[in-house]
Amino acid sequence: MSGAFTKSMARNIFYGGTVFFFLLFLALSFDTHSQLPKRDMRQNITPQVAEGKKLWEVNNCIGCHTLMGEGAYFAPELGNVVVRYGEEGTKAFIQARPKEGIPGRRSMPQFNFTDEQLDAIVAFLKHVNSINDANWPPNSQG
Amino acid sequence: MQYKSQAVAKPYFIAAIGLFVGQILFGLILGLQYVLGDFLFPAIPFNVARMVHTNLLIVWLLFGFMGGAYYMIPEESETELFSPKLALAMFWIFLVAGALTIVGYLAVPYATLAELTGNSLLETMGREFLEQPLPTKLGIVVVALAFLFNITLTVLKGKKTSISIVLLLGLWGLAVFFLFSFYNPVNVVLDKFFWWWTVHLWVEGVWELILGSFLAFVLIKTTGVDREVIEKWLYVIVTLTLITGIIGTGHHYFWIGTPEYWQWWGSIFSALEPIPFFAMTVFAFNMVNRRRREHPNKAAVLWALGTGVMSFLGAGVWGFLHTLAPVNYYTHGTQITAAHGHMAFYGAYAMVNLMMISYAMPILRGRAANSNKSQVLEMWSFWLMTVAIVFITLFLTAAGILQVWLQRVSDAPLPFMVAQDKIALFYWMREWAGVAFLVGLIVYIASFFVGGEEKQA
Repeated sequence: MSGAFTKSMARNIFYGGTVFFFLLFLALSFDTHSQLPKRDMRQNITPQVAEGKKLWEVNNCIGCHTLMGEGAYFAPELGNVVVRYGEEGTKAFIQARPKEGIPGRRSMPQFNFTDEQLDAIVAFLKHVNSINDANWPPNSQG
Repeated sequence: MQYKSQAVAKPYFIAAIGLFVGQILFGLILGLQYVLGDFLFPAIPFNVARMVHTNLLIVWLLFGFMGGAYYMIPEESETELFSPKLALAMFWIFLVAGALTIVGYLAVPYATLAELTGNSLLETMGREFLEQPLPTKLGIVVVALAFLFNITLTVLKGKKTSISIVLLLGLWGLAVFFLFSFYNPVNVVLDKFFWWWTVHLWVEGVWELILGSFLAFVLIKTTGVDREVIEKWLYVIVTLTLITGIIGTGHHYFWIGTPEYWQWWGSIFSALEPIPFFAMTVFAFNMVNRRRREHPNKAAVLWALGTGVMSFLGAGVWGFLHTLAPVNYYTHGTQITAAHGHMAFYGAYAMVNLMMISYAMPILRGRAANSNKSQVLEMWSFWLMTVAIVFITLFLTAAGILQVWLQRVSDAPLPFMVAQDKIALFYWMREWAGVAFLVGLIVYIASFFVGGEEKQA
C-alpha cells in the first residue's frame, strides 16, 4: 500500500463508497416498504393486537424468549407458539406459572394477567404467526 | 500528558472498568441460571439479569468511547478541549442516570418501571438492548449531544486529522442511529426493521469507525510509523467496513417478514464483512512490525494486536459461520448467535477500549508506561480474559450446534427445553470459563495497584 495509491485517494473512495452504499440501502429499504403490506398482515392489527404488543414489551418478554428468532435464547421461540400449544394452551401455560418458580428448573414468572390481557397477548402472538416470514422457523418446535 | 484537559478522560475510564465488573458478575448469574434454572428466582429473573448484563456492556463501552475521545481529540487537534467542565458534568449525569436505570431494573418489576417512567407517553421500552426507560433514553441523547458538541468544537478550533474526522463520523453516526430507538411502530415488522438501524448500524457500522480511529491513534503513538501510512490504512479499513456493513444489515432481514431478496443482499454483503476485520489485523501487525521506536508500554501494543485478531475471529469468522441465509435458517436465534455475540463484543469493542485505557491511563497518572510488574500482570489478564472468551465461545458454539441439530434439523425435533437439558454440560463448561474470565478481570484491576518502578514520562 504505497506508491501511487495515496491517502487522498483512499479518502475519496471512503466518502464515495459510503454515500453510494447508503443510498443503495435507502433504495432497498424504500422498496421493502412498498412490499411490506403484502407480507406483514397490517390489515389485521386491531387495538387488541396493539395492546398485546404493548404487554409483550412492558413485561420484557424478549428478555428470555425469541420472537421470529430475535431476542434472548433462554426460553422458547414464541412467534409460532400458537401453532405449538394452541391459543387456549398458551393462555393456560402463562396462567399456571408458579409464583415461586420450579425447584431446579427455569420457570416463567407469574405475571397475574387478567383474562383481557391474556386475550390481547395471544392475539398479538397469533398476528406474529400470520406474518409471511419466509417459512421460518423450520418446524413447530421453533 | 500533552494537554491538561485530557485529564477528563480519567473518570470515564474508571467508570468504564467499574461497570465492566458489574457486567461480568451479572454474566455469571445468567450462566448459572442456564443450568440452575431457579437460581435467584423470582428475585432476579433471567430477563432482568440479562438486561443488566447487556445494558452495562453498552454503557461501559460508551464510557470508554467518550473517555477515549476526550483523551485523543486534544492531542490530535493540538489544542485544549473546548470545555472540560461540560465533559465532567456530563460524566456525572451519565453515571447517575445509568446507575438509577440499573437500580430501577433490579428494584421493581419491569412493567412497574415502565409505568413509573412514562412509557405510555412514548412506547420505546421492552425491545432487546433498548430496554431503557424513556427518561434514560432522553438522557443518553442529551449526554451524546453535549459530548459531540464538545468534541466537534475542539476539532473545529484545532487541527483536523483524518483520525479525528473518522472518529467524529463514527460518533455522530452513533448519535443519529440511536434516534431510531424512539421509533416503535405497532407493526412488529416495521418495529424490527428499524430496530436494526440502531443495533446493526451501530455495531457493524459506525462503531467500527470509532474502533478504527482508536486503533490508528494508538498505533501511531506506540510504533512511530508515519501518520500518512496509518491514515491511509484507516480510510481503506473504514471503506471496507461501510461498503460491506451497510447492506450487510440485510442479514437481519431474512426471517422477520421482509421481502426475500434480502436473503441475497444480506448473505452476499455480510459474507464480506470479515474483510475489514481481517484488514484491521493485518494493519495492526504490519504497523507493529514496521515500528520505528520501542514504546515502553508493551501492554497497550498487546491489546492493539489482540483487538485486531479477536475482532476478526469473533465478528468476522464467527459472524460468517451463520450469516448465509440457508445456514441461518437453522441457526437463527440459537446459542450460535450467543457464541458470536460474546466473542465479537469482547474482541472488537471491549478490547479496543481496554487498549485505549492501557495506553492512556499511565500517561493520565503521570508516566509514560506502568512498571514492568504492572504490565506483566496486565498481560496476564489479557491472556486470561482472552482465552476465557475463546472457551466461552467454543462451548456456546458446541451447545448451539447440538441445539440446532436436536431442535431444528432432526427428523423428530425435540421441544426447546428438552434440547436445553441435553446440552447442559456445555453450559456448565461455559460457566467455568466465565469464572476464569472474572479471575482475569480481577488480575486486570490488580495491575493498576501493584506499583513498581514506572517508566518516566
